[in-house]
Amino acid sequence: MAVNAADTAWLLISAALVMLMTPGVALFYGGMVRRKSVLSTMMMSFAALAIVGLIWVLYGYSLSFAPGIAGIIGGLDWVGLRQVGQEPSAVYASTVPHLAFMIFQAMFAIITVALITGAVVERIKFSAILVFSALWLTVVYCPVAHWVWGSGGWLGELGALDFAGGTVVHIAAGVSALALAKLLGPRKCFVNREPMEPHNIPMVALGAGLLWFGWFGFNAGSALISGGLAASAFVATNISAAAAAFTWMILSWRQRRPSLLGIATGAVAGLGAITPAAGFVPPLAGIPIGIVAAVICYYCMLFRMRRGIDESLDVWAVHGMGGTWGALATGIFASAAINSAGADGLLLGNALQLARQVAGIAAVWAFAFGGTWILGRLVDITIGLRVGETEETVGLDISQHGERAYGGALR
Amino acid sequence: MKKIEAIIREEKLENVKNVVEENGYFGMTVSEVSGRGRQKGLSLQWRVGEYRVDFLPKLKVEVVVLDKDVSKILHAIVSSARTGESGDGKIFVYSVDNAVRIRTGEDGDNAI
Repeated sequence: MAVNAADTAWLLISAALVMLMTPGVALFYGGMVRRKSVLSTMMMSFAALAIVGLIWVLYGYSLSFAPGIAGIIGGLDWVGLRQVGQEPSAVYASTVPHLAFMIFQAMFAIITVALITGAVVERIKFSAILVFSALWLTVVYCPVAHWVWGSGGWLGELGALDFAGGTVVHIAAGVSALALAKLLGPRKCFVNREPMEPHNIPMVALGAGLLWFGWFGFNAGSALISGGLAASAFVATNISAAAAAFTWMILSWRQRRPSLLGIATGAVAGLGAITPAAGFVPPLAGIPIGIVAAVICYYCMLFRMRRGIDESLDVWAVHGMGGTWGALATGIFASAAINSAGADGLLLGNALQLARQVAGIAAVWAFAFGGTWILGRLVDITIGLRVGETEETVGLDISQHGERAYGGALR
Repeated sequence: MKKIEAIIREEKLENVKNVVEENGYFGMTVSEVSGRGRQKGLSLQWRVGEYRVDFLPKLKVEVVVLDKDVSKILHAIVSSARTGESGDGKIFVYSVDNAVRIRTGEDGDNAI
């Protein structure tokens, strides 16, 4: 098929939008930690841009999307972007240059790795997160992306629907975050119940704003065309974000006061939840999806805290559980009238679709948790995951990076 | 009445706060300060290469205590703020003429 100019323009812009989400994550997470570790927190996201950006073109794209082995993992045919050029691919996004599809997918891989880092802030060794990121991308992300989106991938063949990455991005990142946080153990200050006030909430709000903005590329870009489906996914995305932000605000108001940190978190929860559904459900389904996402993520966060698990910035509660709800909701609200490549869901009498979604969720949960546990142990026994006690108390900015965020006060 | 002014490492604040409270003093004033001493600053990185910062961030903790409590509070702060490296800080002790609790107007030892 020939290259379509409008589709190509939209996909390249979407790729750039999704790229901006990773600095968005850096700000979102960076504002929530204490100021002695803000740079290290942001650095982990920027490092994902650097290393995943390279691994992806060298072999990551091939392992995820090239013709595969039994639907489990992509082959090596597209290593080093061999056969990935200006002509469209035969199987993916047939109206845009294959390179455009490849770089759009690269941004997804980058942000998925960046999302995980929220679980390990203020105590992980920088070298350890670098090695872990490279291993995790290779061993966990690439296979999961192949299962769900790769041509012949087994979850895709099974009929599990994931429009823009509810399972591949959000469940994989959220569940892995939980596993890695358990391995790494809590921060000292978390155990001692010292006050850990977020050091810059305006920064969190700016990060959430960039995420919301970039998410239009994430979800509407996943239509891979610049037409009605992209518009439908765009609208569904905004509706769900608004519904979840509003709901979280009310929940936080009931408890005490409507907080900015709460409304920003709610928006992200709604965005995560609509991700797998965006291009399969009628846009207004974004309202129930967003409302329920906020309630689920809110109570999962309370549950996580009560259990005393230092999954520091709630990647599991927000992305893992938001993504899980979204993947289920896809099986409930989907309509083949919205997207002929999709299916009808439970509400249109197709209970089987919900079962398929459950299969996809269970497979990705189990694989991401197990894979992360093994890789994390491996890094721990070789180079060690955690910084020393003094380095932790002084803060990772000075101890890992030799920089501080807000220096120079006297000159 | 004496004022104990302790310049300590930022990361030691929680320890110091806890031991001072254990010794019966809840109130304190904490400010962020910059200073220099024998630690001789810190080497940080710029885009390329290094630079030295010779005023380091510290916290100043001020507690006003009864004369009879001075030595035990001093001891508590020293043992809770010490690492043994240079840069642990210093403590100064001043005499205080009087203290007044603004809400009630009471003064002297009762106001502490």
